[in-house]
Parts: sequence; structure tokens; C-alpha cells
Amino acid sequence: MLNENIYIYLLLSVFLFAAGCYGLIQRRSFIRMLIAVELILNGAGLNFMAFSRFTAAEPNTGRAFTLFIMGLAATEAAIVVSVSLSVYRKYYTVDPDDVKDLKL
Amino acid sequence: MNYLEHMSDALFVLFVIITVLGAYLAVRRSVMIMHSMLGLAVCMLGIAGLYFFLGSMFMAMMQVLIYVGALCVVLVFGIMISYTPNEIYRMGITGKHMPLALTACVFMSAPMGILIFNTDWKVSLEFPSPAIGPLGEMMLYKYCMAFELISVILLIGIVGSIILARGGHVTDDEASVSMDEH
Repeated sequence: MLNENIYIYLLLSVFLFAAGCYGLIQRRSFIRMLIAVELILNGAGLNFMAFSRFTAAEPNTGRAFTLFIMGLAATEAAIVVSVSLSVYRKYYTVDPDDVKDLKL
Repeated sequence: MNYLEHMSDALFVLFVIITVLGAYLAVRRSVMIMHSMLGLAVCMLGIAGLYFFLGSMFMAMMQVLIYVGALCVVLVFGIMISYTPNEIYRMGITGKHMPLALTACVFMSAPMGILIFNTDWKVSLEFPSPAIGPLGEMMLYKYCMAFELISVILLIGIVGSIILARGGHVTDDEASVSMDEH
């Protein structure tokens, strides 16, 4: 059975992490950066679920932590979208590199 | 292997492919940002299917509800309010730091891949109970503090994002002017 192979889940979460890092470092706009961060967080959640299924004595621990990750991701998305909106109102841009008033 | 196991394997491979394709769509250099958002939604659906295979229907449901249902709608609103077509075009084709991003993601994920294959995982194939009662008890007893903190963070996040999005402080004069205009 393929779904009893822990390596598939772990490699998939590494792939999600790598894709998220790639999107985050490219930094083309705030929303795209947010999408990349969501990918990274989901990689972590998939890892938690895989370990709680295969190696943990108590499977609900990983589920609880994945739920916490989901809650944090939702909060973070709301904040990033509103920051992106207020930056757009003030600077008329969605490019993070254009917002550098605090940079020397 | 009987017929049902073949079906289950095929479904599992399908969900893995959906996840990988969605993640690729989400970060590729597309012109339309809406395509990235759709890629994220597809990826989240694939992960929900994998959660189902990992023995928790509840988590799969939560994944679909929170990510596909709530987060993508928030993203769509953000995109609709703040992106002009000109900007969508400009941002989409000018992906910056491509070699840097590729190098960084390879260097950060390669050690993890090596670790995964060099660790002796003590895998137990006993299928975990899908009951959600113990999960609820755990969140209200053992992880009570974390649970309450998440609630407080959500509240602060909601209030903060409302304050940020409505444009900060409005004085009484401005408020009365805007009342007159309407």
C-alpha cells in the first residue's frame, strides 16, 4: 500500500517547503509572498500529520498542532491582506521592493 | 492486492499529483496572480485528501473549510481590491532573484531530504483511531493554554486587520464631512 509509506509524505512536505521558499524569495508581490508562506505552513502541517500517524504513541497530538497551525495561518493571512491593502492605498504599488521608506 | 487496494493506491497517487501540481501553479512565473491563488486552492485540496489517507477525516474537512473556503476568499478580496491589470502584468513577468531563489530552496531542502533517508523511522502501521472526541478533550485539557492563546491571537488579528484596512484614525471633522457628502 502506497499510503503506508512515510517517505512519500515527508518528501512531499519537503517539496512544499522548497516551493514555498522559492516563491517567498522571488518576492513579486505581497499576495504571492502570502501564498508561498501558506505552502510552507502546509508542509509543516503535513509533517505533523504524518508523524502522528506513523510514529507517535498518541495520534491526536499531531492533529491538535496542525489545527493550531491552521489558526495561525488564518490570522496571518488576514493581517497580510490588510497590510497589503493599506500599502496599496499609501504607495499605489504591490511590489514589496517599492516599499522601502525605512531602508537606508 | 485486491481491487480495493488498487483503487486506494490510485486515489493516493492522484492526491499527491494534485498537491504537487497545485504547489507548482502557486509559485510558477504566471502573469495572472489569480492563477497562483487557484494553484494554492488545488494544492490545499490535495493535502486534504492526504489527511484523509492519514486517518483523520476531521482534519481533511478542516483543511477544506479553512484553506479553500476561507483563506482563498480572503486572497481573492485582496487581489480584487489592490491589483490593477497593468500591475498584474508587470508583477507577473518580472520574477526577481530567480537563481538566488532556486539556490536557496535547494540548499535548504536538500539537508532535509538527506535526513529523511538517513533516519531510521520506527514506523507503526497500526491505523490510528479517527474519533475526534479525544482530540477535543486534548485541546480543552492538555493544550488548553495554547487553544486559548490561539483564540486571543485570532481576535487581535481580526481587530488589527480591520483597523489597518479601514485606513487608520478618522477624526471627528473628517467623519462629519463624509457624513455631509452622503
